[in-house]
Amino acid sequence: MKRITQTLTGGRVLISDGAWGTFLIRKGLRPGECPELWNVEHREAVLEIARSYVEAGSDAISTNSFGGSAFKLAHYGLSDRVHELNRAAAAISREAAGPNRFVMGSIGPTGKILMMGDVTEEELYEAFKGQSLALADGGADACLIETMTALDEATIAIRAAKENTPLEVICTFTYDRQMGGRYHTMMGVAPASMAEAALAAGADIIGVNCSLGPGEMPPIVRELRQAAPNTPILVQPNAGHPVVKNGLDTYSETPETFARFVPELMASGAGFLGACCGSGPDHIRAIAAATAGRRA
Amino acid sequence: MQDLLEQITVCIERGKVNGKSPYPPDMRGQDGADELVSKALGAGVPATDILERALIIGMGNVGQKFSENKVFVPDLLMSAKAMTAAMKHLKPFFESGQAKHKGTFILGTVQGDLHDIGKNLVGMVMEGGGWKVVDLGVDVSAEKFLEALKQNPGSVVGLSALLTTTMVNMEKTVKLLKQHDAKATVLVGGAPLTNEFAKKIGADAYSPDPQGALNYLTDRHSRN
Repeated sequence: MKRITQTLTGGRVLISDGAWGTFLIRKGLRPGECPELWNVEHREAVLEIARSYVEAGSDAISTNSFGGSAFKLAHYGLSDRVHELNRAAAAISREAAGPNRFVMGSIGPTGKILMMGDVTEEELYEAFKGQSLALADGGADACLIETMTALDEATIAIRAAKENTPLEVICTFTYDRQMGGRYHTMMGVAPASMAEAALAAGADIIGVNCSLGPGEMPPIVRELRQAAPNTPILVQPNAGHPVVKNGLDTYSETPETFARFVPELMASGAGFLGACCGSGPDHIRAIAAATAGRRA
Repeated sequence: MQDLLEQITVCIERGKVNGKSPYPPDMRGQDGADELVSKALGAGVPATDILERALIIGMGNVGQKFSENKVFVPDLLMSAKAMTAAMKHLKPFFESGQAKHKGTFILGTVQGDLHDIGKNLVGMVMEGGGWKVVDLGVDVSAEKFLEALKQNPGSVVGLSALLTTTMVNMEKTVKLLKQHDAKATVLVGGAPLTNEFAKKIGADAYSPDPQGALNYLTDRHSRN
């Protein structure tokens, strides 16, 4: 099977999946419950999410393992089950994806801050190594190191995945709009610095996800494109911003309004498109329709 | 003495912890907050002057720059580290009553939410503003907040949430606390929150950044 990078550099647009976390909540995940535990205790529900994205037209789907590092699982007393829960996450998505679609093993931040002395570089490296090995073992094609804000943590994760697995490595950061209209992560990282550091660490694909809606991401994508002219770019905006109605949260962008931003995101440099929090299979369907006939 | 206080202010604002700290690079080899506070005390500068005229001002400066997006989380974290190094020397003065906190601030992330970075930043800025902080951690139930308020009567309570799915738990906590003491002050914060939401659930104030919470309490304090 071709690798994701090869497919993208060949000019084909790829569609990723949408949200998992907000989708799991709709399926009954309760506050305080460990989402990754669902990979073994509610396997069918997780498989249904993966399948719904495949049916919606995703060429690549991620896995229910965003909080699957030993550090995150420790909150639930599950740090000794890293391999089991991540392997199961990848196996579920592989089952839904079949042999002709890609599986990207999700790896999120650990919540630890290196410069505060919360944790050592070696401890972080070992945690990311353990998680990426398990995702590879479960059948993932790539590691999706996502929603990062700190350069040190992200580059350690990229190296851990690159040096210990044969998988492709995708890395996305999440940005906020600052006063004055510039974009930085909460740790103060600008898109160009992220691109430079992620490529130096060995990332195959870079990108931006979460926090912002699709209309706010084109400037970030343009900055990434300028800093990394030949690297495929993944963009996964939230479905706009959360709006609380009658105690329930909904998101401001419908599939239709979201899809209107697709041409601009592509023109900015993104050839790999999906969505993040608040989105669902209908958003993916609309994004796929909006990219039809276009080349990356 | 004024010179020493100014130097301490700079160390706090720039996050210069001690002489050994390599950060910030342009202050390498110089004394940090640790050494300078010790020196000031040795020279007879009253602890309250060090607190009011150096530490609080330095933290206030960095907190203000943070809310203006001129500095970022790592800068605030290093300033807080310098603040901790300085406060270590002032601890005996707080214990003997020579130095006093502005009040007690009970802080926690609400039930179901495990995010602690935002909450920790608020704690650091409040401490930097001269408040005693009681940090209840993450995933804190309404009952636990109430218990802490009973143990520390008259405290201000700060609730944090990062998830849209957990911010709804704030309402329950605010209600329980106000039921116990209608005059209790409850502040809320976190990425998905808005002023509107804070009003709706009966919180006293919302701030998009830590400094805003401190400024709110300082303003209120000076009005009383």
